[in-house]
Amino acid sequence: MSASLDNPSASDEIVVDVQRRRFLTTATTVVGAAGAAALGVQFFSSMSPSARALAAGAPVEADISLIEAGAQLTVEWRGKPVWIVNRTDEMLATLGENDGLLKDPNCEKAVQPDYARNAFRSREQHKNYIVLVGICTHLGCSPAYVPDMTAGINPALKSGWECACHGSAFDIAGRVTSTSPAATNLEVPPYQYLNDTTVLVGDDGASA
Amino acid sequence: MSLMTWIDDRFPLTKMWEEHVSKYYAPKNFNFWYFFGSLALLILVMQIITGIFLTMHYKPDADLAFASVEYIMRDVPGGWLIRYMHSTGASAFFVVIYLHMFRALIYGSYKGPRELLWIFGMLIYLALMAEGFMGYLLPWGQMSFWGAQVIINLFGAIPFIGEDLSIWIRGDYVVSDATLNRFFALHVIALPFVIAGLVVAHILALHEVGSNNPDGIDIKKNKGADGVPVDGIPFHPYYTVKDLVGVCVFFLFFFGVIFFAPEMGGYFLEHANFVPADPLKTPEHIAPVWYFTPFYTVLRAINNPFGGVLAMFGAIGVLFFLPWIDRNPIRSWRYRSALHKLNILVFAVVFIILGYLGIKPVTTLFTEIGQRLTLMYFIFFVVLWFYSWPRSQAVAMRTFIISVIVMLVIEFTGFGGFSTGTRSYALVGMLFPIAYLAFMLFAGNLFPRMGAEKVVPERVTH
Repeated sequence: MSASLDNPSASDEIVVDVQRRRFLTTATTVVGAAGAAALGVQFFSSMSPSARALAAGAPVEADISLIEAGAQLTVEWRGKPVWIVNRTDEMLATLGENDGLLKDPNCEKAVQPDYARNAFRSREQHKNYIVLVGICTHLGCSPAYVPDMTAGINPALKSGWECACHGSAFDIAGRVTSTSPAATNLEVPPYQYLNDTTVLVGDDGASA
Repeated sequence: MSLMTWIDDRFPLTKMWEEHVSKYYAPKNFNFWYFFGSLALLILVMQIITGIFLTMHYKPDADLAFASVEYIMRDVPGGWLIRYMHSTGASAFFVVIYLHMFRALIYGSYKGPRELLWIFGMLIYLALMAEGFMGYLLPWGQMSFWGAQVIINLFGAIPFIGEDLSIWIRGDYVVSDATLNRFFALHVIALPFVIAGLVVAHILALHEVGSNNPDGIDIKKNKGADGVPVDGIPFHPYYTVKDLVGVCVFFLFFFGVIFFAPEMGGYFLEHANFVPADPLKTPEHIAPVWYFTPFYTVLRAINNPFGGVLAMFGAIGVLFFLPWIDRNPIRSWRYRSALHKLNILVFAVVFIILGYLGIKPVTTLFTEIGQRLTLMYFIFFVVLWFYSWPRSQAVAMRTFIISVIVMLVIEFTGFGGFSTGTRSYALVGMLFPIAYLAFMLFAGNLFPRMGAEKVVPERVTH
């Protein structure tokens, strides 16, 4: 073989089939790229929440009988703070007056389950208790509960939450003011009452 | 046969040494502003070395991380010094990089043929910001946790894919052990590799086109009989020795900070970060570390999450296009108009005030100032583009009208000042950027002396 390469005669001249070579190169590249992409998917999905992280998202129970009128209880669900506030009737009475100050007074954006899509943003039977995910919808800080806002920077709201990070403010139903950088109202997680004093956060009994 | 010949037959050692050091001819008129490139390289090496030693003791685990950092500070011999060198080094890196970028701005070092050099530099800057951000999570203090929470949620503001994207970045529904673990991997392996690779590309690009200088003159156009630029001197020994003086002065300041003010009053290491991370309690006031704050103010200026993210990334992204925005053939500001100098100085001042506002809590007045200065930040680029070549008063008028319309649209849709309770602030506030823009655009023709450019000399001055 090497002898013929060193001294090629006319009969065994090397003929390059360019088309065939190009086909083989292209085919190898495509198959190789598909293999690399399939492998890449595994690496990409390895960064998604693991089975353990998913399992940690289990619902939590909270005893609301201990919350005084006007006070807030914080429980942890999926690693996030969830607030339960026992709102006074005076607080509920202010809700209607806030509508003009808000981005979404009628809760049209779907950040709450349907049973909380009402004037109080809570279940009708326990309208004084509001359950909210305590994470600002702007960039994820945890706003501070301010039961009396009359002396603060949002006096018109009377009571609600203020986010120190970027200045978003929410009324006592977790609805965002129009001057806030946050675009949506505070999220209401799925929840249900197991009995009159126990709330289950993270599970509302719906099959979804 | 000498050892060097033996090596050179097998590896281009002498060739590389000559190409990049002993026969790399740099302009002879470098000044103070040319210390910062080599200082940045020094800090990079320092960060890598201190980082290696820190990883010997640090534990990337949400339960152990905070305590392991305190362990380094208290129990590891010399640990406090290594840790403070690393944390102060991060801030020093950005001080030096910002001065390095300012140098490029005033002497037009980003202009052709150095566009790629500039883009590599910008990519290094971006990678450094990612590196700094991920490193800041590792001590797992309150500010680490909530800072990361805010920044990762920036991606959540992207329509449609945002929510899934931020969960994918965190590996969980909240910043958690999974996030800490991956940030550790990215901080100590992935990004250092990226940065080192980009630095090599940056230096190769620099040595291909040659260094710019304070006069912005191309020294390669004037070569002697030996093919060496007449106004060039070899990097070694001239600039190696000069840079060593810079290193000494830098270390004086650097170790002064480490020994006497390692937290720098809460700017290099924030006070809240000495409290372990608590996912249920946000600190009173969250501010990023100082080197992010100018862009953080831009983010906060816009009254809408996605708009804010766009403005923030826009503020960084626009810098990539600097070589194509400023088309003026004169590089150095020494020979540009007084208006050009004013434009750059105002930009620098605006950048510093934006940074100051970013560390302050939100108030109506500060938000308002932040919004106006955000406009001023972008006006810089309009003026820069405008003075690319002589323009008529009609073009100035057109530019002015279009810019004002854009500003008003942002005012109504983005800032929301007119539509909300802060109407009086907004009305007064808008006057400042509009008046500034009008002055900068019209003064060039109204006051010819302010718009006049000087003749660039043939040879570098000193």
